[in-house]
Amino acid sequence: MGVFATSATARRRHRTQKLAFVVLLGVTVLLILPVLAILGMLVYRGAPALSLEFLFSEPVRGMTAGGIWPAIVGTMWLVGVSLAISAPIGVLAAVYLNEYAGDTWYTRVIHLAIVNLAGVPSIVHALFGVGAFVLFFEFGTSILSASLTLAIMTLPVIIASTKESLSAVPMSFREACWNVGATRWQTIRHVVLPNSIAGILTGVILQVSRAAGETAPIIFTGAAVFVPFLPSSVNDQTMALSMHLFTLSTQVQNVPQEITYGTALVLVGLVVLINGVSIVIRSRIRRRRKW
Amino acid sequence: MVVQHPKIAFRDLKVRYGEKTALEGINLEVAKNEILGIIGPAGSGKTSLLRVLNRTLQNTPGAKVTGDVRIDGEDIHRMRDVSGLRRRIGMVAPLPVGLPMSVYDNVAFAPRMAGVTDKKVLDGVVERCLRQAALWEEVEKRLGDLGTKLSGGQQQRLTIARALSHSPEILCLDEFSIAIDPVTTMRIEEVLKELRKHMTIFLVTNLVQQARRLADRTAFLLLGELVEVGPTEEVFGRNPRDRRTFDYVHGIFG
Repeated sequence: MGVFATSATARRRHRTQKLAFVVLLGVTVLLILPVLAILGMLVYRGAPALSLEFLFSEPVRGMTAGGIWPAIVGTMWLVGVSLAISAPIGVLAAVYLNEYAGDTWYTRVIHLAIVNLAGVPSIVHALFGVGAFVLFFEFGTSILSASLTLAIMTLPVIIASTKESLSAVPMSFREACWNVGATRWQTIRHVVLPNSIAGILTGVILQVSRAAGETAPIIFTGAAVFVPFLPSSVNDQTMALSMHLFTLSTQVQNVPQEITYGTALVLVGLVVLINGVSIVIRSRIRRRRKW
Repeated sequence: MVVQHPKIAFRDLKVRYGEKTALEGINLEVAKNEILGIIGPAGSGKTSLLRVLNRTLQNTPGAKVTGDVRIDGEDIHRMRDVSGLRRRIGMVAPLPVGLPMSVYDNVAFAPRMAGVTDKKVLDGVVERCLRQAALWEEVEKRLGDLGTKLSGGQQQRLTIARALSHSPEILCLDEFSIAIDPVTTMRIEEVLKELRKHMTIFLVTNLVQQARRLADRTAFLLLGELVEVGPTEEVFGRNPRDRRTFDYVHGIFG
């Protein structure tokens, strides 16, 4: 019998390893199951409602029939305007915090504020939005107020994810640039940003899907149950998919089930589509990664 | 030893990282067109000394520099234009860092950042620097390849080419040969002998024999203290002024 012969201990270890593997696999499957179940149910119950007419026409007869076009357009407005506000501010703030600011008491306060802001429930953001944008700044219930509220909600996460991407760029790259006389900004512009843009975009796009899905922040600030026209400026109120779904499922009676599920399916589909785009962008830029 | 009209002068230089002292009261003068060898075990402050000179140490959180550092009599800490200062100094770090861009762009980076846009000028700089770094023949046909895809030794020579790309007056080589084979090292050493006609060179090295071959004078740093600086022959000879120097260069050191 050589030293390498299978002993009883080795066999037992092997069994333990197999068992652990099965348990871990099981847990992973458990995570996927709810996702599949939700998607499956939405498709099963909502798909019959889907048609071009459903997507591109207005709701009629007290929303018990017709389509969801104004809600789709409204969601795009809200997401677009909120992103136009939060993405530039968030990315610039992250660049400042990661590349320029030192570790001082006030940057620590800023970090603390960002972390806490990210943890605030969306309904609290909503109340802040009502107080600040609707009432104090007198923007009224409008796309502007709702988008600003969504922007405040997504801002801390965009800052955090952008910072993460920036700090993933090795410090030695920056030092190599400084050594040849490149300024801090030149270093950021030519080396740091090009090598972190994939991660930054991913973070921003994930927040798009979050902004599209939230109901609470827009319910009192700009979204309406029913608006008979499409919004033409940021001062208008608008319908939104998430709000519409809430209305259909709790506020209106006698809504055919497939309309409610169809709306949910469109909303989830939109989010999945956006996330899919972000994954494609990320993998494309990753493939071009140079280090 | 007093150097007449020193190119670089350190006066009572101290560097601290938080509580830890990296350099303790360094007084050192370097003459123009001199090669100064700097030897000493790990953690004795060799790299810190170079990073003080081009003021990149100030970007390290917690690092604190006191004392006086002058280039051509001008206090570097009073210079407004830090980029201008850094363009006067070429820096080669111990671990090769190819920037994530093509070989050509790596070398053209510094001139471009300084505002050079003329393609012919840039082509000239790239070829000259790659030749000086003994890399031209190997990458001539693949200037468009990523710098990070080169072998370790090639990347190290790429960083040497990059350090020369802004025509510095002072060249700081921090362990430039640890990733390079002996033959190429020899070729670069020949280049250094040529370059010294135009610039002042700091040669930080763990290969004490390399300092012996190249340096006019050699400085021995130990735990942040400048134990001794003198003509290379003397430092490596039978009777350096400090016993610790003798022990170190002859490998008796624990």
